[in-house]
Amino acid sequence: MAGGDEIILKDLDDAALVEQMHQDLYDGLKDEVVEGVNILLGRGWTPYKTLTESLVEGMRIVGIDFRDGILFVPEVLLAANAMKAGMAVLRPLLIESGAPRQGKIVIGTVKGDIHDIGKNLVGMMLEGAGFEVVDLGINTDVDKFLAAIAEHKPDIIGMSALLTTTMPYMKVVIDTLKEKGLRDELIVMVGGAPLNEDFAKAVGADAYGRDAAVTVELAKDLLKRKHNQRVGA
Amino acid sequence: MPTLQAMLKQRPYLLADGATGTNLFHMGLTSGDAPEIWNEEHPDRIKALYKMFVDAGADIILTNTFGGNRRRLALHKADGRTHDINARAAKLAREVADAAGRPVVVAGSVGPTGELFQPLGPLDHEEAMAVFVEQIEGLKAGGADVIWIETMSALEEMKAAAAASAKCGMPYTVTASFDTAGRTMMGITPEAFAETISELDPKPLAVGANCGAGASDTLGSILAMTAACSDIVVISKANAGIPRYHEGHIHYSGTPELMASYAGMAIDAGARIIGGCCGTSPEHLAGMRKALDAHTKGARPDHEAIREKIGPFLHKPAPTSGGAMEGRRRRT
Repeated sequence: MAGGDEIILKDLDDAALVEQMHQDLYDGLKDEVVEGVNILLGRGWTPYKTLTESLVEGMRIVGIDFRDGILFVPEVLLAANAMKAGMAVLRPLLIESGAPRQGKIVIGTVKGDIHDIGKNLVGMMLEGAGFEVVDLGINTDVDKFLAAIAEHKPDIIGMSALLTTTMPYMKVVIDTLKEKGLRDELIVMVGGAPLNEDFAKAVGADAYGRDAAVTVELAKDLLKRKHNQRVGA
Repeated sequence: MPTLQAMLKQRPYLLADGATGTNLFHMGLTSGDAPEIWNEEHPDRIKALYKMFVDAGADIILTNTFGGNRRRLALHKADGRTHDINARAAKLAREVADAAGRPVVVAGSVGPTGELFQPLGPLDHEEAMAVFVEQIEGLKAGGADVIWIETMSALEEMKAAAAASAKCGMPYTVTASFDTAGRTMMGITPEAFAETISELDPKPLAVGANCGAGASDTLGSILAMTAACSDIVVISKANAGIPRYHEGHIHYSGTPELMASYAGMAIDAGARIIGGCCGTSPEHLAGMRKALDAHTKGARPDHEAIREKIGPFLHKPAPTSGGAMEGRRRRT
């Protein structure tokens, strides 16, 4: 721990503990995050409150510094791994307690592309924000996306590509969704280093996620709008 | 056979080539397919692309082997042919270079494995080295003059690829992609990159920036590198603007005129090997050749001059100091 002074997590009051957990997440300290989660649960916090106030809020702070170029992929991956360890404790409890979920997203790196560092980061950050994430991995062709849509009935499809030779495949997937009459039911988000806003629009996606942090905020926002539309319809 | 070392001694600057992937699209490659497979299936088209760059004035051509390591070829079930695919690509380039009627260097392109190093991922130095050695042996067998390690973001991976080149007895260059807030995805600044990589043993022939986020950002990285290391040859290989999707094809926003101005500015910023990355067509490259031949070295540009002539930076120009961890926002 920073500074050399040992901090005893269980001696902290709730507010100080949550604050410390944000710091530990930021520093990627997996064991400390898990310990913090267990302490909060032991104090009678609901799994959902523990998730939102410690992990989700902590990852939100990590996301801001990632977006602003203060943190980079290695630090964010370590933070996300710590978050995942905390999630592993909370996940069964969240399901048991019927806690609200943000929504469901199916993600994958498109056909011909093996780059999944950014995609994994997006997946973990979305999970940290309360989304249910189905990750199809790398080299995902349109059939795999279609099968996952049929099986998981997601709210959002997220596609990633890192190569100029693979990014046009996003359009193949989106065009197929249109042909099958599935496009309007789904929010389609795309991301990856060579992409940009105009490209996302040109291939027919709903949004371009510049980085993992922006993607989480966009996903939440788009989902809200989709729900509003449904209520309004 | 010309060597990069000899040509660097004879000439003030050299012109590298343009894009491989984007140009192969225009020759019929479909999205999701591996460009490297075309070394076997369409050697005529690969040679045609190499020749277009030579005809446009390139002094250095890169082999069509960016994704030619076993980890990436596995995706196309071609990992068992890693050596042959690389040897073939280099041989095709060698034939084109030798028929050029002037010295043209064949640079064996080596891209990243796509995997992370421990503790973030599965790779370690030995494993990565083995992957790169296999590819580089193929490139060497096919007649490559130099190993061109490119689009890197992790120092560990660059070091493994450099060590693999050395093990195969090949000279090498290293370029990184500074596409995240002026640093590589892994948080490496252009300064830290140039300082670390130029000190490797054996030393690289050159270091530099490729791909990334448009020509202005690449020039920003070049300025940072040349300020940090004055005694190393610097490579600048920028994308021709940003990708746009138009009628089934990817087009990059940069015009040949823009790339021509970029080439002159790259020289002024201290680069000695200039080329284009994604979106750079043979027409772009011909424009760059003309611009370079007509160029008289001017004052070192500042960020303002780059913005004015080339366009806005996509990311704030690289901060001039600090490792990845220094800027951390610590709350106490």
